[in-house]
Amino acid sequence: MIGDFFSATGSLLSIVFSASFIASAIAFSVVMLFGTVGELITERAGHLNLGVEGMMLLGASMGYFAAVRSSSLFLAILFACVGAGFGALLYAILTVTLRVNQNVAGLALSIFGAGLANSLGSKVSNTSTPDNIAKIFKLKPFSLSSPSGPFLTFINKAFLSHNIYVYVAVLVAVVATVFLFKTRAGLELRLTGENTAAADASGIKVTRIKYFYIILGGMLCGIGGLYLPLVQQGSWTSNMTAGQGWLVVALVIFVRWHPIKAIAGAYVFGSLTILGFSVQLNERLSSIPIFNQYIMSMFPYLLTVVVLIAFSFRKKAWPGPKEIGRPYFREER
Amino acid sequence: MEPNIRKDTQPAFSMRGITKIFGAVVANEAVDFEVLPGEIHALLGENGSGKSTLMNVLSGIYRPDEGQIEVNGEIKDFRSPGDAIDSGIGMIHQHFKLAEAMTATDNIVAGMKKPPKNSIKKDDVLRANILRYASRSPSKTHPKINEFSSRFGIEFDPSIPASQLSVSQKQSVEIIKVLLRGANILILDEPTAVLTPQEAKKLFTVLRKMASQGCAIVFISHKLNEIMTLCDRVTVLRKGKSIETCNVSDIDAYDLVEKMVGRKINLSINKPDPDPKKQVCLEVKGLTYSDSKAVPKLDNLSFTTHYGEILGVAGLAGGGQKELCESIAGIIRPQQGEIMVDEERITGLSPRDITQKGVAMCFIPEDRLGMGLVASMGIDENILLKEYALTKGPLIRMKDVETKAEKIIKELDIKTPGLKHPVRMLSGGNIQKVILGREIHLNPKLMIAAYAVRGLDIHSSYTIYNLLNEQKQKNVSVLYIGEDLDVLIDLCDRIMVLCQGKNMGIVDSSATTKEEIGQMMSGTTLEELRRGVSYV
Repeated sequence: MIGDFFSATGSLLSIVFSASFIASAIAFSVVMLFGTVGELITERAGHLNLGVEGMMLLGASMGYFAAVRSSSLFLAILFACVGAGFGALLYAILTVTLRVNQNVAGLALSIFGAGLANSLGSKVSNTSTPDNIAKIFKLKPFSLSSPSGPFLTFINKAFLSHNIYVYVAVLVAVVATVFLFKTRAGLELRLTGENTAAADASGIKVTRIKYFYIILGGMLCGIGGLYLPLVQQGSWTSNMTAGQGWLVVALVIFVRWHPIKAIAGAYVFGSLTILGFSVQLNERLSSIPIFNQYIMSMFPYLLTVVVLIAFSFRKKAWPGPKEIGRPYFREER
Repeated sequence: MEPNIRKDTQPAFSMRGITKIFGAVVANEAVDFEVLPGEIHALLGENGSGKSTLMNVLSGIYRPDEGQIEVNGEIKDFRSPGDAIDSGIGMIHQHFKLAEAMTATDNIVAGMKKPPKNSIKKDDVLRANILRYASRSPSKTHPKINEFSSRFGIEFDPSIPASQLSVSQKQSVEIIKVLLRGANILILDEPTAVLTPQEAKKLFTVLRKMASQGCAIVFISHKLNEIMTLCDRVTVLRKGKSIETCNVSDIDAYDLVEKMVGRKINLSINKPDPDPKKQVCLEVKGLTYSDSKAVPKLDNLSFTTHYGEILGVAGLAGGGQKELCESIAGIIRPQQGEIMVDEERITGLSPRDITQKGVAMCFIPEDRLGMGLVASMGIDENILLKEYALTKGPLIRMKDVETKAEKIIKELDIKTPGLKHPVRMLSGGNIQKVILGREIHLNPKLMIAAYAVRGLDIHSSYTIYNLLNEQKQKNVSVLYIGEDLDVLIDLCDRIMVLCQGKNMGIVDSSATTKEEIGQMMSGTTLEELRRGVSYV
């Protein structure tokens, strides 16, 4: 019995630390990394946007539609930004200007965005990513041509053999960190999310800031969503984000509103997502009930629940930007 | 001190015919107000007279419905606080506008504009230097901020989070924040409300220094003695209108009150003698409480109150007053110590049991409506909140409650269209009378009145003082937690001073001074004071 346990753990570890598993976990975390950084920026402005799922789908469908019709990568990304940014703009109008409840507005955006995206996506559901674009993402710009020794081979396979989209996602997280903590504009954004009235009284244009970062955050979610049809799957499926937008909302809490930590956070969630597939391929493990395919696919969501519960216990340590959920009205008495 | 203002100078700013309407409330009606450079100008008025509204208009937070603002002779139309800052206007709000989680430096530099390039003005160079490093390496800006602050005699540590600064340090951060933005018109909204007398004196020195450097300073207050000592001129507002502007040297406090209230008011509290028997009502022994973040709030606190006496509690905001009240009322459980009423232990009992033992509490929180009343219910139902527990059977007899409500309305002279009228629609003074009336009618042995006059105008405050004195004459033991030291001395028989949850000593109000209490509030015990040791 104990021997079984050790050998099962052994095979699980050998899967998790294999170069091919790490490589695919990284590839699977791209969507969530973009989404987390985007949502994090939005929340730093004091707005909780629950519409991530909707914005991801809007970005994915609009971008993929543009890609299929124009075969232009530039237009694909542009339209992903336009689609998701449009959703975020609606959210901003509702919550910043009209001061509607942020949760309600976000939920509405999620449902509305998914509906609009699916109807647009159905127009391109039978096509695949145009060859010229697919070719760009087949390139592995940092891959070593002839790695020497087992260590370099491992590194090469796990970390260096990715397409450019993956590295851009990491770069975005790094840039967002520097921006938030090392620039004046980042300071203004953080102050707005911590105390909007104080920011306003300090001469910061808070409405402009909120609109700008809500839309920017939405665009990042859209670019993340576009990865799914354009690169990962190469075709469109309805609701293809499959709840990743909701995981992102928990991930932002998990990484404590810190973009550099989002890289690790997204990786953890990405690896949980694909752990199920990998385990299925292993005969030893797939016979153990707990590694049942359906249970495995539950793991990311289970972790989300755990994260939220753990957070509620430690809420006092740092509850995140204080203004989240509070509408700001300057002339309030 | 001779005011260093010249009558022929152009005003630093002038506001003419300012009208601001909120829904049905006219907060400002055709107000005229102007201040000269180098002058400290008091803006005096009761609560709700429109002082803060007027200054919020000047600082760009509210847009006036009518009227015009001129700064240094130029007509301005402020669309945001940023516009007002650009015109050199800086406002220190009563409730500080600081992000608690961020450092003083971050709070100061966020939103600061770059000075014009290649400017050789000393301040511009300093500003450019502060901004250059502000976000990249804040530690390089700290000495620069210190250098700037020391010019005005202000000191604080720019590197620590705002949440760890004392109230007066937070105020300093706010002042430096607006001064670094180049403000030469400074508005302070009730700046001394949260300070000890010593800190207030220090602030006055700072303000005088700034005025002597040419700043125009607006000092909002309803404390007459401060206005008489600090200010050059005073403008009185009443019910949203500007009544008069005059030199402080030409007027005395009584005239000012009359202008402010609109009629003569007797400013002395009629203090009956305490019951000489000194029977103990409440006894608190070694009370210790730390909140959920393990911050100590009450520290081995012991004292007794007597029947037929008002015991005052003085202390800075957050000195443990709230926790003391809540421990006695059974809302929080102290980790150590005992509370006895009539030699009977009440620690550990539920709030309702404690009420039945004769303890009544009226606590007025900062937002005045947050605690004790249900804002959308009428007076009758709010009275019922405490009453229902004492009635028998499952049904409520509304009739009795209504009779009682009518009685309270009549006795306390509460102005309401009817007893079913939601209390949130009443004025602050009337709301507070409802709470007090409800508690008085429970015929308590011990009455805790915490911040009972918070935000009330002079007239209503005196009504409340009289009500408390009536209770004292009925041999009730009153625990009065207050903010205004003058009132504490005039109203209470003895005053206990709290500092960080510790009892600094209990003084006899007829044998103490504001300064003495102030020193105790900032951490000197009575013993040390009497021995002649002082840290302030």
